Amino acid sequence: MASKEHGAGMSLIVKTVTRFTVGLIMLYGIYIVTHGHISPGGGFAGGVIIALSFIHLMLAYGKEAALSKAGKKTISLFESAGALMFLTIALLGYTGGYFFLNFFKDKGKPFELLSAGIIPLCNVAICLKVGAGMFAIFVVLILFKLNFEDDKRD
Amino acid sequence: MVVYVLCLMFFLVGIYCILRKRNIIKIIVGVIISEYAVNLFFLLVGYKSSGRSPILCSDRDVQYMAAHMVDPLPQAVVLTSIVIGLATTALLVAIAMRIYGKYRTFDITKIRELKG
Amino acid sequence: MKPGALIIPLFVAIPLAGAFINSVIGKKNKAISDIIGVVITAVLVVLSLLSVYYVNQSGLIPYSVGSWKPPVGIGLVLDGLSSFMLVTVNIVAFLIALYSVNYMERFTAKFRFFTLFLLMVAGMNGVVITGDIFNLFVFLEIASVASYALVAFGTEKHELEAAFKYAVMSTVGSLFILLGIVLLYSYTSTLNMADMAVVISKSGFSNIIIFVTVLFIMGFGLKAALVPFHAWLPDAHPSAPAPISAMLSGVLIKSLGVYTLCRIIYNVIGMNVVISEVLLFLGAVSMVIGVFLAIGQWDFKRLLAYHSISQIGYVILGIGLWTPLGILGGLFHLLNHSLFKSLLFLNSGAVEHATGTRDLKQMGGISEKMPVTSGTGLVASMSIAGIPPFNGFWSKLIIIVAAVQANRYGYAFWAVLASVMTLASFMKVMKYGFYGKLRAGLESVKEAPFYMQLSMVILALLCVSGGILLLPELRAMFLDSAQTALSQGTGMAASILNMVKI
Repeated sequence: MASKEHGAGMSLIVKTVTRFTVGLIMLYGIYIVTHGHISPGGGFAGGVIIALSFIHLMLAYGKEAALSKAGKKTISLFESAGALMFLTIALLGYTGGYFFLNFFKDKGKPFELLSAGIIPLCNVAICLKVGAGMFAIFVVLILFKLNFEDDKRD
Repeated sequence: MVVYVLCLMFFLVGIYCILRKRNIIKIIVGVIISEYAVNLFFLLVGYKSSGRSPILCSDRDVQYMAAHMVDPLPQAVVLTSIVIGLATTALLVAIAMRIYGKYRTFDITKIRELKG
Repeated sequence: MKPGALIIPLFVAIPLAGAFINSVIGKKNKAISDIIGVVITAVLVVLSLLSVYYVNQSGLIPYSVGSWKPPVGIGLVLDGLSSFMLVTVNIVAFLIALYSVNYMERFTAKFRFFTLFLLMVAGMNGVVITGDIFNLFVFLEIASVASYALVAFGTEKHELEAAFKYAVMSTVGSLFILLGIVLLYSYTSTLNMADMAVVISKSGFSNIIIFVTVLFIMGFGLKAALVPFHAWLPDAHPSAPAPISAMLSGVLIKSLGVYTLCRIIYNVIGMNVVISEVLLFLGAVSMVIGVFLAIGQWDFKRLLAYHSISQIGYVILGIGLWTPLGILGGLFHLLNHSLFKSLLFLNSGAVEHATGTRDLKQMGGISEKMPVTSGTGLVASMSIAGIPPFNGFWSKLIIIVAAVQANRYGYAFWAVLASVMTLASFMKVMKYGFYGKLRAGLESVKEAPFYMQLSMVILALLCVSGGILLLPELRAMFLDSAQTALSQGTGMAASILNMVKI
């Protein structure tokens, strides 16, 4: 009984720890995405970690708190925006003559943060799509469970 | 060699789950196990004994790395394959939940309306 | 770069862009998603006809994505067989998109339908144009996952059960394909199909190639619904909504199953006598078992699904003969089957839209009330049964003549028997379903809406005039280039690599 004193979600200890760690998890995900061309990681792994930070928030505080941060329309918009950004980068390669060409003039030096042509932009696009996609799958499966329970009562 | 045989046995365990279990959720777990077994097999094919991981550092040059590193192509390919597995699993789970809503059971011997 | 090489990536980029734009703005205005779907597939039809023209002008056209030369980068290859399949897939996709503007009104989430539909078209186009074997697997999975979601679109009981069975069986098929790709990579250490063909032909025959061939026949045979692997098709195709059944049965099993099987067996691994025997046997068994199981059905769409199994058996029989005339007959029958099977499924959709049932015992004499539907249904039934001068007759004749010329009299006999039984079962459909006396409760049926009629009439006109493709000028342009691409076998790989290195 004492564990539900703040309403929905889990106990007080979990909520306090979550307040500290959610921001750190998202920062770590952004670090993995932007350094994808220098160290292992890249778009997909970073996107999964960013989605995990939202899921962490939803598990600790309940549905309404997480959905107020990023509602269903926002998630759907981010997902499509990520895919369209990736496709635009690919089609911009046509200016150089080939699909998916690396169209930056200055390729940069190795081991620097601003180098390797279009790879960092592609990483950001993939991170948006994968992160939004994984969180959307989780939200849809959780929300569907509610409709089904009402349906079962009659 | 033993490692490859164990990977293929892992794949066969997944196929056994798909064929013989009666609960829909266990069938989905069997699909997941088989997919992970094939991904693992692909990674192990690219292994080279006493090789480094394929990340360029500033202390060794490119020729040394090319001679001593593990094959990086299976690693990139398996990443794509894991994402495909995730998408298929998510769709199977969504279909299974809706089947429970309509048929009220997870037992596939009772979900047999289509015949003939 | 050769002229016409710039349009090759557009076959994948345009439907993908359409699908994602649709998912952003389609919810607000219903008409926009219809317009996007129809306009994009129309643009794809024009591009695929252009690709046939370019291939005839300059032969084989390779393209390196991102200017990374193969075998380091991904290569896209456009040859006679690819342009043939592109024309087939895109024409049928355009007509089905036109049909579904009216048919999908009954579902509330129509804009999601067009998103998934354009994703499926992008996946099928990608399978056909790619020259890299793992890229082929990725596009195969895109098209397959989109089709699992489309089969379950209406979320009725039967659709969900059929979608689950289809998804699990098709995933097992994809796993076999992936295992085959892994073993081929470990043997040849490259993922480019042309490079693989060169390495395999140099290093002779070994046991691992036999195992890989068996895995590919199992995996791609499951996608193409050959007989030991056909069990998902009679449940999945009837339960889906009618335009999706037409899409699945008309183009998906061909682009994902038959095209990839021929491409890998002829151009990468290299055809030999044993594989030819196996394909002939599987084709003949599919033909006969499909048609015997189809005659006893009373559900209209289930009967059509069993006939799909039988006709794909014809195509595999033609391709497995390993003679130029056999391959020509098989590929021509593939094109014809797309046209008339889609028309038959669209007919059944129009009948279900009007009367609300699929059972042949409850329909009867609809031809008075629905003249366009029953007229096009008659054209399609005569095509599939092989009555001259419709297009089914020519392709079946070529396959049977090729079988006789190769001294395979047994297979020719089974082909003729299956054709006779197909005619019998479609006479049953016509008698019980369309013609005869009008049944009691059916006075109030009306003809189908405008776009459904338009797409059915266009498909019927294509069925009637399909025999034109055998005239010498058109044949040299269209069918012969497709057939030489397969007959050259592994010799084509060396020419691709030489062209790219320049």
